[in-house]
Amino acid sequence: MTGSFFRGRPFTGQSKSRRTGKRSRMQWSHDRFKLFRSAFVVAAVAVLLLLTGFIITLGPLNISVSDAYFAILARFYPGYFQVEELTSRVVWNIRFPRIMGGIMAGFGLGICGCVMQAVLKNPLASPFTLGITAGAQFGISVAAVVGFSLIGGPYFIIGNAFICALLCSLLIVALAAIKGASSENLVLAGIAVNYFFTSISQLLKYFASDEQLRLMTNWGMGDLAAFSWANSKILLGVFILCFPLLMSTSWDLNIMTAGDAAAKSIGVEAERVRIFIMVISSLLVATIVCFVGTIAFVGLVAPHMARMVIGGDHRFLIPASGALGALVLISADAVGMNLIAPTIIPTGIMTSIVGVPFFMYLMMKGKRKEFWA
Amino acid sequence: MMIKLQALDLTFGYGSHPILSNVSFEIAPSRLVTVVGPNGSGKSTLIRCMDRIISPKMGRILIDRKDLTEMTRMDMARYLSYVPQSSVRVFPTNVFDTILMGRRPHIGWTGSVMDEEKVWDVLRLLDIEHLAMNNFDELSGGQQQKVLIARALVQEAQVMLLDEPTSNLDIWHQLDVMNIIRGVVKKGGITAVMALHDLNLASAYSDRIIMMNGGRIVAAGDPSAVITEENIASVYRVEAAVKTMSDRPVILPLRQIREGQV
Repeated sequence: MTGSFFRGRPFTGQSKSRRTGKRSRMQWSHDRFKLFRSAFVVAAVAVLLLLTGFIITLGPLNISVSDAYFAILARFYPGYFQVEELTSRVVWNIRFPRIMGGIMAGFGLGICGCVMQAVLKNPLASPFTLGITAGAQFGISVAAVVGFSLIGGPYFIIGNAFICALLCSLLIVALAAIKGASSENLVLAGIAVNYFFTSISQLLKYFASDEQLRLMTNWGMGDLAAFSWANSKILLGVFILCFPLLMSTSWDLNIMTAGDAAAKSIGVEAERVRIFIMVISSLLVATIVCFVGTIAFVGLVAPHMARMVIGGDHRFLIPASGALGALVLISADAVGMNLIAPTIIPTGIMTSIVGVPFFMYLMMKGKRKEFWA
Repeated sequence: MMIKLQALDLTFGYGSHPILSNVSFEIAPSRLVTVVGPNGSGKSTLIRCMDRIISPKMGRILIDRKDLTEMTRMDMARYLSYVPQSSVRVFPTNVFDTILMGRRPHIGWTGSVMDEEKVWDVLRLLDIEHLAMNNFDELSGGQQQKVLIARALVQEAQVMLLDEPTSNLDIWHQLDVMNIIRGVVKKGGITAVMALHDLNLASAYSDRIIMMNGGRIVAAGDPSAVITEENIASVYRVEAAVKTMSDRPVILPLRQIREGQV
């Protein structure tokens, strides 16, 4: 197999250089591109870690960057790092969970947007286009106004959002599966379901008291404030389950962007992969959305940012979309927390205000042509 | 390893409307076979049914006596590759990555140096190495078609199906694409089955021609046996002059045949 191209038959004399081990100019340029692509993913994660340390220092209590890292590391290696008790508690119990939540939410929305855009072959696909957020909003509205929840206790409201978001996306997947899971069917079903649940939520608003209305509106703006350690652990669990599953389909996703016919002929069960991706990403999105509310921008735009920089290979594109999503979300949240402190601007609002100009800049300056070019 | 391709009783239709009815044929190894026929005759459907892009209602495809209809798609992709007419790309992908997709049936998650080497080999073979880092949708129609052929080639399947590969190309690029396919058939021992509109192109390049009409095979064999004035009149409803040049029939269409005339 390693001989000439066609199973040991000499085929052509055109490619003289290939046996000599000498690499052509094109191959060097391809090697450079591959290196750049990997480096970008590593760099994005590194910047994320640095930014985490920096953001932890922001707030009423002065904490140095090194103290911030030490306070976290001290939890894992108690003997080696010494930090003041107060600093340690503020970092570990207040600031770190919020940032962890932000990172996981941004990362999760980024990768879900990325895989959904790939299987739906639609640059506008995101957890929001597909009605998943509308489902969650509906769950919140029902819990707030009607006082009915499928789960009691501390997760009275959030549990409802989660289950409704999941039901909503399963409805879309089921509709599409019955009718044949083409990308057009899924997008259409998603938009229809989106309108349906949005309307019901608005109908409920009509009957809501001021207090109930405030709850619904706050959730709608998106906020990371819900993140305690307990919530972060739930999200982390779902995240650890979903991320490898989505990554494992990278090759299939690459091929599916070339269309179903081509994908099938290369051996990809296109419909099955599409359903699989929708189920897994819905689970992750529902978990994120029920905690943080509507943070519309990240899932749509992080994948485009990543694609502009490193191209369309999902082995790199998925983690890069996630890292960029997390970067945008935690930077925006940090700005929102500190811009006019002590008033906190909701994360969802800040994400769009900070993110859109950045995205516009990338659109104008980006070297790599995107679909609208 | 020489592989014989057989189709047995392929049948396809939407509802009660048949598009393919009991199509059977056998193709010897290392042949270039074209499927011709008027619009709606079922030639593209045949190609797509053979690759199970659409599932035939009935019938089987055998390569080397192995039944492809019972295989997983991934296994089947090692026997059959497919070159679509064109490729819609929503998101930009460079030429190298587009071709590398064809290695999917053979690779694990990481891919290997060998897989990339095979892509470079095919890029050089088709003389498009300089385009490797270009975006697919920035290429001309002829270049895009070459990239799609390259993707099928790295799949290393012994049978290649093509759906009207020359339909959007100028005459120079039509010959270019046909020469490439003839090259891989003769030197690579591949069998190519292609749906084609242009009868003269089919006649000039094919070892065998299958002529279809109304979902059935109406004639099959050497170009000189299939491309005849009678067949063109009855299948295409066109009066044509057929001459022989360099042992190949060449057709010159003269006029349409309206109902009532013969």
